[in-house]
Order: sequence, then structure tokens, then C-alpha cells
Amino acid sequence: MTSKAYNITYHEYDVVVVGAGGSGLRATLGMAEAGLSTACVTKVFPTRSHTVAAQGGISAALGNVGNDDWRWHAYDTVKGSDWLGDQDAIEYMCKNAPASVIELEHYGVPFSRTKEGKIYQRAFGGMTTEYGEGKAAQRTCAAADRTGHAILHSLYQQALKNNANFFIEYFALDLIMDDDGSCRGMVALDLNDGTIHVFKSQMLIIATGGYGRVYFSATSAHTCTGDGNAMVARAGLPLQDMEFVQFHPTGIYGAGCLITEGARGEGGYLVNSEGERFMERYAPSAKDLASRDVVSRAMTMEINAGRGVGKGKDHIFLHLNHLDPEILNQRLPGISETAKIFAGVDVTSQPIPVIPTAHYNMGGIPTNYNTEVITYDKSGEEKVVEGLMAIGEAACVSVHGANRLGSNSLLDLVVFGRAAALRAKEIVKPNSHHKPISESAIDRALSRLDGILNAKGDLHAADIRLKMQTIMQKHAAVFRTEETMAQGIGKLSQVMGEFDHITLKDRGLVWNSDLVETLELQNMLPQAMVTIKSAYNRKESRGAHARDDFEERDDKNWLKHTLSWIDEDHNVDIKYRDVVMHPLTNEMKSIPLKKRVY
Amino acid sequence: MAEFRLPKNSKINKKGKIYKIDDDSVKNIKTFKIYRYDPEGGNNPSIDTYEINMDECGPMILDAIIKIKNEIDQSLTFRRSCREGICGSCSMNIDGTNTLACIKPISEIKGDVKIYPLPHMEVVKDLVPDMRNFYAQYESIKPWLKTDTVAPANEERLQSPEDRDKVNGFYECVLCACCSTSCPSYWWNGDKYLGPAILLQAYRWIVDSRDEYTGERLDDLDDSFKLYRCHTIMNCTKTCPKGLNPAKAIAEIKKLLIQRTV
Repeated sequence: MTSKAYNITYHEYDVVVVGAGGSGLRATLGMAEAGLSTACVTKVFPTRSHTVAAQGGISAALGNVGNDDWRWHAYDTVKGSDWLGDQDAIEYMCKNAPASVIELEHYGVPFSRTKEGKIYQRAFGGMTTEYGEGKAAQRTCAAADRTGHAILHSLYQQALKNNANFFIEYFALDLIMDDDGSCRGMVALDLNDGTIHVFKSQMLIIATGGYGRVYFSATSAHTCTGDGNAMVARAGLPLQDMEFVQFHPTGIYGAGCLITEGARGEGGYLVNSEGERFMERYAPSAKDLASRDVVSRAMTMEINAGRGVGKGKDHIFLHLNHLDPEILNQRLPGISETAKIFAGVDVTSQPIPVIPTAHYNMGGIPTNYNTEVITYDKSGEEKVVEGLMAIGEAACVSVHGANRLGSNSLLDLVVFGRAAALRAKEIVKPNSHHKPISESAIDRALSRLDGILNAKGDLHAADIRLKMQTIMQKHAAVFRTEETMAQGIGKLSQVMGEFDHITLKDRGLVWNSDLVETLELQNMLPQAMVTIKSAYNRKESRGAHARDDFEERDDKNWLKHTLSWIDEDHNVDIKYRDVVMHPLTNEMKSIPLKKRVY
Repeated sequence: MAEFRLPKNSKINKKGKIYKIDDDSVKNIKTFKIYRYDPEGGNNPSIDTYEINMDECGPMILDAIIKIKNEIDQSLTFRRSCREGICGSCSMNIDGTNTLACIKPISEIKGDVKIYPLPHMEVVKDLVPDMRNFYAQYESIKPWLKTDTVAPANEERLQSPEDRDKVNGFYECVLCACCSTSCPSYWWNGDKYLGPAILLQAYRWIVDSRDEYTGERLDDLDDSFKLYRCHTIMNCTKTCPKGLNPAKAIAEIKKLLIQRTV
């Protein structure tokens, strides 16, 4: 009924990639190289994707600056994940890291260079040598402090070279799922003219990034609304480990813009109101280069203890002024500029005011290391969702577990973007016949769109969004307790109900950003609820999930991934699944559980 | 031939709306005059006026227009993403100058703030221009590493730090199009003149020591329209919100072309 009212265009491709950030572009490239007809559908022009804002670098055990070994990298990643990461996927990622970075250089990425002309590598949080026993590893390959920008532009350039098919400024609405539970494609809205596009696929790859905008203060772009996660949830599939939200230690106080961990990697350090380099107390060995969750917690504790800086004693200083100005100019020019613009600070002589800021979602769509999306069938058996893959921040493989190490995300993007293409090449036959798709799936998506376009309530998206962000900032931040989370769940439930009163000012079909922001809000609300409910359920502290009422890690009861389903009535169902403790091959030993100290 | 008379439907009419603050206790008010165009409304563009309480607004122009969209007029339409000056989405004409709204402090503008879309671009809606020609021009210069030599199998191509430094000032470009749309030559011949942004990108590949197609790239640019519509007007370098120097890149290309003939 609704499909008749809308102008629908049908497309058929072997592979459809949703999202054109680092992982989406790498996957699109790989699919084209594999001879599969590919469409890349994106709501923003590819180089606007938030990958472009990544600063510090991409980790790989190249050994260009000091000795290195991918097994040390794997160890660091497992420890960084607080043992929630799946060791088979972690082996896959760290082992393939050097080749992935070399490939990027061959693609033309303008990495900074050492004297010998090799790719420059800097120190980064949690990266060590000799399985943590040796000194800090210089493993993070960098292009000044604009590595994300350099990589994303190079990937887009390669996509152009390979004649990729882009559908730019198309907003993904919903997945098209078959009765047998497989994915047959996707429905999207062309922002340019309001027409509907149905993309039929043999394989659909979700690469839509994270959902940082459910928080009030995040380093994330305005576009980071987790649209892919929401589509998966609406399709009745689970999301994994949503309680694990990374707060980056150094977001600029006020603006929330990111100051790379690389600033600490090049020698910068954090100082409280007493002028003390307090990380020496919290992480005697790694100090300011401890894992991000450790540093964020330390900063929060210092502020809560009354040792914060500034008028409100509510933030911390990051000192770079002791560093050689030449180093700042060569290695950290981007953040020098950002600090000037957003904090009015000259980094050669003044400290930067910083505070832990929502930054990354370890949680997302559960996949195996081949990037295939997994779910549980009615009998509780794990199974692959045919025709559906997820990569990048949207996915939860899980290589980052309960906490991600810096510079492992850019790596995650290219390794698993490539892995998706390799797997698709194995299982997708080019130009296969597309089974007919059910009109009811399309109708459901269009009903939802229709409902919003014609909504006659009295609340605008911005009002509800602000309420949601304020609740998450207060009740699901760095430190959590049973009581504050319970309050948050109550408040959020109410706010979710308010969405029924939504209305639009702009009813047009051409570039309707009022509609887009409302659809994005509809995507964010369930993710917020699932995040806080998963957090409430997990009665331990692990990685980025820290509870004042359960301060220790509890491997006996909680060494498991959280799976969460949310239905149309906002009911959340939570189950658990085992962590993979054994590596992929015998090239690496399983890393046994250990107390996590930096 | 360049078109000097503006299309009839581009002339701004006097039907703009005015949104005033109705509270005498608010003292710190700034007025924003913003270009509006509704492609489905059947009317010509107009200027809407919004009064904003600066005590309750962030410091950047983007903060103000987001506040307007959130609290006053949800139909105000503009591109934005990173809000930190790295994605290039929010390029627009502010107080007569092309820049990124997210890194333009409101305090730098005396009096009313006038916000228009990038000049001489077809407007899709409000502050959203049609960027397709710009993107197609980018693709046309083959902005990717081109070599005949096969890359070493398991290693990076070596590049000295000095050679790497040569791409500084060019690889940082965010493709915001502020420069190209500030160039009168690009206004008059935007279909055939590549414009400063794309020429800067072309130079980025010419000057990257790993690229082996310098000759072909220069051949391609050696054209009275693609390159030589540049008459060193210099609006480009003046306006670049990232502090880059497209005029210099263009000059270097011209110098390389001359050097070849000597």
C-alpha cells in the first residue's frame, strides 16, 4: 500500500556496501577487485566520513623504529580488551597488520618517514614490547597527526581509480530480510529528491560507524548515529557488548574535539591542579600511555577528589609545552591548530584543557572474523546471517573487547574491510540471479518513513535528542552505579515514549535534513537503551565499563559477551555468549587471564 | 561566453521571515541573516533574519546555525559533520568570505552576520550547493598514485623525509571548495577551468616523489582553460580556511610547464 505512493527505483548488485568511511571504502575496493558488481551507498560524501578526523595513527608491527613482533601486538590488544576480545580475531588482525599498512602505503598514503625513508612509527597507549615486559613499542604508523585524513582520502582516490559505483547522500532506512532470515538488500532514501531506492544484493556489508552522538559530549561527528546498528536491531538481530563505550582521555574541554593520544606518545603528559603528573601513581609502568580506560578513570578520580583545574576544577591539563617545537610542528601540527582554535591555547607555551570524552563504541553488530554477521536461532544455536556482513566501528568482531587500544581502529577498518572482500569473493557468485524480495519488508520501511513525514505531534527531534544525550552523559558515563543506571533507564524509557509525539517543520522531499535528523534520532534511542541496560546487567568492572559498586573484574561469572535484542516496544532481551580464548592458528599462544595493570 | 545576467529565479525577494527574541532581559543579542531557498516552494530565494542570545550559544558560526535549527527553524538546511574543520562539509560564505562555519568564531564578525551558500554554485536548498561538478573535476585529474615501477612486495616504497615534506601544504586539503568558489575565473568558467582546489590536488601528485606520471599529469593540465584561466587573482589563498596556498601550487605547475619547454 505505501510502496505505491512513493517513487521507487530498483537496483541489483552482487554486493552493496552501506557507509563510505575507512572500512566501507576498503571493502568496496576489494569487492571491485574481486570482480563483484558493487554499490557503495553513503549518507555523506565519502571524504566527510568521520574516519577523516582520526589523528594518531594505525598500528602494525613493522619494526621500523625498534624491534617489534605481531604477537606482542596481539598480547597488548588482548590485555587492552581486558580479556573480552576474541583471540582468534585478534590474531587475524595483528598478523595481517603489517601487510595492510604496506598496502596503504602502496595506495599512496603520505605516511611520515624516518631518516631511512621508512614509515614513521610512534608510541601509543598500551603498546609494549616483549609481552608487556619490555619498553614501550613504537608501533603506530603515522601521517603527522592527520593519519585518518591521509588514509581516507587515499582510499577514496583508489575507489575512483577502480571506478566504484557510489550513491552519495542516500540515507539507509532498513534491511530487507527474507523469511528464512537472510538479508536480500536494503531500502534507502535519496536525499537529493526524496525518492526511494531498493538495493538488491547477494551480500550486504554494514560499515556505518559508531553512535557517539547518543552522548552530550563526544569526539564524534554529528553524523555518528549508528544507523546500521539500528537497522540490524529492527531486523530482530542482536547487538553485542553495547555497554562498552570508550571515553578518550583527551577531548578538548568544552568543544569536545579530539586531541590525539599521539600527543602523549610524543612525550606529552597530564597534570592536575597540584601540578602533579598523576598518571605515575595510577599506572607506574606505562604512566600517561596506559590504556585509555585506565587514563580516563584516573582523570575522573582526580577531578572527583577536588584536584581538577580551571574555575570549576572540572578538567585536567595536557602539557606539550616542554616538547621541542620542531617535534610539535612535524608530528603534531593538526592538534596544535585545533588547540589554538577551540581552546585559544599556544601548545608551545600553554597546556591544553582536556576531559574524558565519549569517543568510540567497542560494541556493535556481532560478527565472526570473516566479518559475517551472527545471530542465534530459536534453539539457541549460533548461526551466520546469510547475505549480511559488518565491518569497522559498526561491527563487534570482537577485536577490541571491553576497551580498544588507540591506533587499532584504523587497523580494524582496513584489515576487516579487506577480509569482507576476501570472504565475499569465496561465497558470492558474480551476477547471480536475485531471488524476488518481499514487498512487505519494503512496506515496513516506507510506513516508518511515512509516519514521520506526516507526523502531527508537538515535539521536535532536537528536544528529544538533547534529553537522551543528557541522560546518557549523566547515567552511563565513565563511572556507573546500579542506582544511577536504574535512574537513567527510567528516564530514557520516558524519553523514548516521547518520540511518539514527534513532528517535522520541513515536510519537503528535497534535502530534508529535519527528516534525516529525526530518522537518526529514531536510530539512536534504541542504541542508547541497549547500552545502558547492558551496562546495568553487567555486575563487574571490565575495560571501559567501570562500576563503583562492582569494582573488580569477575572472570568466573562475567567472561562473556553481552548480546542484546530490542523490539518495537523498547523491550530489551539480554543473553550472553562465550569469549573465544583460543587463537586462530598455532602461530600464537593463547594469552591466559591475568590481572590488568599498567 | 560567460553569463553575466543572473537567472531570474536566483534574484533574492523581500519575503524573508524575521525571528526576534521576545525577552527584554536578554542583552547579548547577535543577528544572523541567512540565505534561504526552497526548491519545492516555487518562490525565489529570500533572507531570513534570526536573533540569537550569544550567552547561550557556542563560539563558532556553526554553533549558531545549529542552535537556529534546533530551537527556532528546523527547516534551515546545511551540510555539517565533524565540527572541527577536518571534514570540509560546512563550507559557506560568511560575512562575504568563504570559510568553514565550524572554525569561524562569531566574535570575528562585527554587526549582523550574513550567511550565504558558496558563490556561483547551483543551490540545491538553503546553504547546500550542488557539488557534483567539483567532484567530477577532482576525479578527472586522476588523483591517485600512478607508477610503472612495481611496488616492493612486502615493504613500503622508501621516501626520504625531505621528499615527504614536499607534499606538506597540499595533502591537508579537505576538498571544501572554499577556494574554487571564491575565484572569479571559476565563477565564469567553472565548467572548463579546474579551479584552485583541483589544481592544488593535481600538484599534490606532481610533487609526490613516488608518483611516476609527472609528465602525463603536466601534459593534461597544459590547457588554456583547465589551468590558464588562473590570472593570479589570489582570492583562493586569501580564503583557504586551512591556511593552504593554492595560488602557489598553481604557480609551481605553470613554472614546471615552462621549464619543460626551455
